[in-house]
Amino acid sequence: MTRNIIFGGVLTTLFTGLAILSFFYTPYDIQSLDIPNKLHPPNGANWLGTDHFGRDILSMIMMGARTSIAVAVLAVGIGICVGIPLGLLAAARRGSLLDEVIMRGNDLVFAFPSLVIAILITAIFGASAINAIIAIGIFNIPVFARLSRGAALPIWERDFILAARVSGKSSFRISIEHILPNITNLMIVQGTIQFSLGILAEAALSYIGLGAQPPTASWGRMLADAQTLTSIAPHTALIPGLAIVLMVLGLNLLGDGLRDWLDPRLRRGRV
Amino acid sequence: MIRYAGKRLLSLVLSLIAASIVIFAVIEVIPGDPASFMLGVNARADTLEALRDQMGLNDPLHVRYFNWVTGMLTGDFGTSWTYKTPVVDLVNDRIWVSLPLAVYALILSTLIAFPAGIIAASRRGGPADMSIMGATQLGVAIPNFWFAMILVLIFAINLRWFSAGGFPGWDNPALAIKSLTLPAIALALPQAAILARVMRSSLLDTLGEDYIRTARAKGLTRRQALWRHAVRNALIPVLTIIGLQFSFLLAGGIIIEQVFFLPGLGRLIFQSISGRDLIVVESVVMLLVFVVIVVNFAVDIAYGAVDPRLRSKS
Repeated sequence: MTRNIIFGGVLTTLFTGLAILSFFYTPYDIQSLDIPNKLHPPNGANWLGTDHFGRDILSMIMMGARTSIAVAVLAVGIGICVGIPLGLLAAARRGSLLDEVIMRGNDLVFAFPSLVIAILITAIFGASAINAIIAIGIFNIPVFARLSRGAALPIWERDFILAARVSGKSSFRISIEHILPNITNLMIVQGTIQFSLGILAEAALSYIGLGAQPPTASWGRMLADAQTLTSIAPHTALIPGLAIVLMVLGLNLLGDGLRDWLDPRLRRGRV
Repeated sequence: MIRYAGKRLLSLVLSLIAASIVIFAVIEVIPGDPASFMLGVNARADTLEALRDQMGLNDPLHVRYFNWVTGMLTGDFGTSWTYKTPVVDLVNDRIWVSLPLAVYALILSTLIAFPAGIIAASRRGGPADMSIMGATQLGVAIPNFWFAMILVLIFAINLRWFSAGGFPGWDNPALAIKSLTLPAIALALPQAAILARVMRSSLLDTLGEDYIRTARAKGLTRRQALWRHAVRNALIPVLTIIGLQFSFLLAGGIIIEQVFFLPGLGRLIFQSISGRDLIVVESVVMLLVFVVIVVNFAVDIAYGAVDPRLRSKS
């Protein structure tokens, strides 16, 4: 299904491109208010219209893409950097007490209602993009730990691992040199999926006011601002929502496409 | 089976203990003294001290933890500091919004997902499968609070079929259900998309099994083999997801409850966090975690009962 990769890749590149472009150029300055021009529907001067402060929505979407992507990437980064080593460790010491502790710890994190805990964390330490990253990142850890352990276990049974052991390599070196390269594809696919979930979580947190704080633009915040305006200016609610949907859709398609492409067995099985 | 159940039960109890310690610890690090929050900035030092004593804030940590846990075990969840009512009563009021909402959303999601998943799997690769899979891709990508806003825009503001928010109480059940309809649809959509995908892939797995070929060889039509053998066996993983979704819906309604101004558990937690009403926060979060852990336990046991192979594995 290379169609998925192309379509997903185009959407993802589009938003990433917009986010990068926003560092150098936005059509308007989103810090300056222009009240007389508020709530204009999309037109020639403001391609996506203006919001209740007269700010250009296209510029806000570009800045918001930056926030969304940064939060989601860093949150997935936390999951990968903590989760994968834990999973590899558990797999290398399978059946031991350490393995049991790591896996039960994972179950415990899974048992917590993630959104409630994310709200709790941001409420305790203050609403900010950093705390949103930590709150979302914590719940990424068990995802990667469990997945990497599950993927590593069958590899440990393979003959080339036995050969590596006979040659005297420690289980730490085997994990890094032989196990990790063999599970990288799977982690990339999962990373894409967690990335899209991170975008959704960031939007939800900023929607209830616990994500990035003004004047930093974020898609969730734009939706919260638009909520009371839906009847008079529907575009203020529709456009940020569509941005979220397209970004998440793009990442999910990309993830699906990559999985099929990287794992030929699945390609045959799924026809 | 008894050994399996015993092992699961032990891990259930351990998880609950661990969860309670984590929640208690997290609540303890919250900056801000609830007593000074209640009395305001101009409170006198001795009044503050007296209130702290009264609230038990001056007891050592382990005593407070122990009191909290034993209280909950005997049905005493403490008294809310801001509402001045027992937490049990608050939960009792709110659960009758959150629970029906979760059940309603789960029913809707199952009603959409089952036929969609079965149709997609039985016409694999065809136009029906393609469009259903496309729709589920869209379904998981739509944030439920945005979908809720769109629903309000269309059905409450433009068509005026439903109210845009609020909850009238259960005195008039028809009206209560009506006011929960838009929130339930908003909650159900992403869940239905996930469930339909699970149903489809699970059904495709069972359709590839040897016993389906045997059934076909015995002369059953495709349709008969599908309904008599494949669907039933495909239900096992689907039921797990339904179990998980229920606890998610109970806790995950928090944002939808904000959108529709519903007085449910999620809103209670949200308001208690901002009001530093810690006793409510810790008790309600513990309650939600309890539900999740117990539902997972029930699913595990049901699994073990249905499929004996799983007992030896775990």
